Amino acid sequence: MKYLSEFRDPELVHEYVQEIHRITTKPWTLMEICGGQTHGLVKNGILEMLPKNITMVHGPGCPVCVTSISVIDEAIYLAELPNTILCSFGDMLRVPGSKKSLLEVKAEGADVRILYSPLEAVKLAQENPDKQVVFFAVGFETTAPANALSVVHASKLKLNNYSILASHVLVPPAMEAILSDEQNKIDAFLAAGHVCTIMGMEEYYPVAEKYKTPLVITGFEPVDLLQGILMAVKQLEKGEYKVENQYVRYVQREGNKMAMDTIYEVFEVSDRIWRGIGSIPNSGYEVKDAYKQFNARLKFNLHLPVAEENKECISGDIMKGLKKPKQCPNFGTKCKPEHPLGAPMVSSEGACAAYYHYSNNDSL
Amino acid sequence: MSEIIKMELQCPMPQFDFDVITMGHGSGGLLTHRLLESGVFDLLKNDLLNQQHDGAVFELLGKTAFSTDSYVISPIIFPGGNIGELAVNGTVNDLAMCGAAAKYLSLGFIIEEGFTMQEFWTVLNGIKNAAENAGIKIVTGDTKVVEKGKGDKIFINTSGVGTVHPKAAIHHNRIEVGDKIIISGNLAQHGITIMSMRKGLEFETDMVSDTTNLNHIILQLLDRFGENIKFLRDPTRGGLASVLNEVAGLTKLGYRIEQKLLPIDEQVEGACEMLGLDPLYVANEGLFVAIVKNSIANEMLELMKQDSKTSNAAIIGEVTNDNSGKVILKSNIGGTRVVNYLTGEQLPRIC
Repeated sequence: MKYLSEFRDPELVHEYVQEIHRITTKPWTLMEICGGQTHGLVKNGILEMLPKNITMVHGPGCPVCVTSISVIDEAIYLAELPNTILCSFGDMLRVPGSKKSLLEVKAEGADVRILYSPLEAVKLAQENPDKQVVFFAVGFETTAPANALSVVHASKLKLNNYSILASHVLVPPAMEAILSDEQNKIDAFLAAGHVCTIMGMEEYYPVAEKYKTPLVITGFEPVDLLQGILMAVKQLEKGEYKVENQYVRYVQREGNKMAMDTIYEVFEVSDRIWRGIGSIPNSGYEVKDAYKQFNARLKFNLHLPVAEENKECISGDIMKGLKKPKQCPNFGTKCKPEHPLGAPMVSSEGACAAYYHYSNNDSL
Repeated sequence: MSEIIKMELQCPMPQFDFDVITMGHGSGGLLTHRLLESGVFDLLKNDLLNQQHDGAVFELLGKTAFSTDSYVISPIIFPGGNIGELAVNGTVNDLAMCGAAAKYLSLGFIIEEGFTMQEFWTVLNGIKNAAENAGIKIVTGDTKVVEKGKGDKIFINTSGVGTVHPKAAIHHNRIEVGDKIIISGNLAQHGITIMSMRKGLEFETDMVSDTTNLNHIILQLLDRFGENIKFLRDPTRGGLASVLNEVAGLTKLGYRIEQKLLPIDEQVEGACEMLGLDPLYVANEGLFVAIVKNSIANEMLELMKQDSKTSNAAIIGEVTNDNSGKVILKSNIGGTRVVNYLTGEQLPRIC
């Protein structure tokens, strides 16, 4: 496949691996932010190719993993309402709420649909005027423009049966939460290429400066990941802490202005509870008052009790880079994809799932 | 193969009393009788079915294989075939994987009230064509109708019997270290074709399902290579990964495959990338996995490449001593990873 195979070229991979080995003199801990990157590293066997003194820890960039258990309960509550269609990205369905998952309520008869785009949900609302259609709008900055656009469309179409359950999360505040944790061991970040395609690079400069931490915006293919690691290690070895862009084929410094305008038209920044981590100030998007008739929380007057996380799940420590999945005593025993204790074991971007499905090396 | 199916003409639909199937068509009364008389029996006619008895009576010689499967696909009509073809080919292929030449099939319909006669006729023609291509007879059947909303258009069950090839010795306990793993064609074609038609996911492609019968090629291979073919399985639901995991679990040997050797159509690969699906887990309908003695692997591959149904066949890996009970994939870039069973359905990802 053109534009992909170039970034999976075995010879280039080999060259980058050798170069990383050549320049690494000290032990370094790098965190890749995005779950897509985690899977790229594990699925392609890249972790085994790196020098022993480079440790990759896996960040919180898995939207399914960080969506709080209370929000999943809200989605389940909405799905179980009569005459309601709850639409969601496929990934969210298996994640357990406090009592059950969306997949289970679907099996019990709730109308839960898997969609690829929130605009499909708007179409569904047009086609089903006698039903309420709710889109479960999760994700990082990457999915926010399309979710916002669905609200703009619904507003233009004057639909009164469409709303979104917004649970957006933002990368820079999460990075700061991780870096300011007193147990933090992270020397450098691979920032998420897709998020920066939308948001650009500006908001990362203050983070790199304040915490004196190199930050390389990185893509998802093997060559991307290795190039990103090489750029970060080079900075560390030289004692630098800059924001660099490996993903130049998509990311521009100023980001995608049209996408950002759409986000700010519909959303405003709010506090958000991250599953396993807790509340992080200004780390999410909520629907603005101007579009409140499309905010499912207000429309359906959602006031559910705050649900408790499963205490046996150490997902918070994993997403902060303090522990690796296989250091969890429940990994692969009490916690498996078919009966997960927490979200990282379920999501296709979750770190625990990546290790469970792909890793053949118990030392990683 | 898909080209052959597409070219086959559909018999003209006879005049039915109704445009849609009603509860009465499953009552066993006059409507059932008329439906069968004016359509089904005529289309699928053969000496055994023509007797219209409660069951078929026949003689089989030698060791016999027996298999059953149910078909519940949506949409029921898709590029490259329909549920009727799947229902015949699926059971014919299951028997072929046992080393048997399918001979007789039963055919059970569960039809949802309101199903159109036009679609039913298309499905029946699919069954007729697939039966003719495979060289088998439908010898007994059943039709039930359920209320609207209690089914999804049409469900089909087929069971089949066939005589096992005298040279066949297919059993997982015959697999040894060093045996080669062969896949008979491009991966993930059927699953991705179906997915491209599902509501909310429609995308334009010219992909067609790979549904086809495999009995002729399997029998030809058994004639030539006999007991050197140690294991056969069609990687339908759950795809190649599930078949290999199953056999790894049964034999406690390691199964090592190489990503760069896996045959896959570029369009299918692109669709998998876009949807976030792993082709190793996507369903196939006209494909088989063979585990064969190392010494005949190349010769068998050459023979397979000459048949249009298996022209994309490839040796994708081998059986190893290490990694007992596991399937290991060597990635394109040289790393290795485990290929596990899939948990539940493969769900599209968020971003």
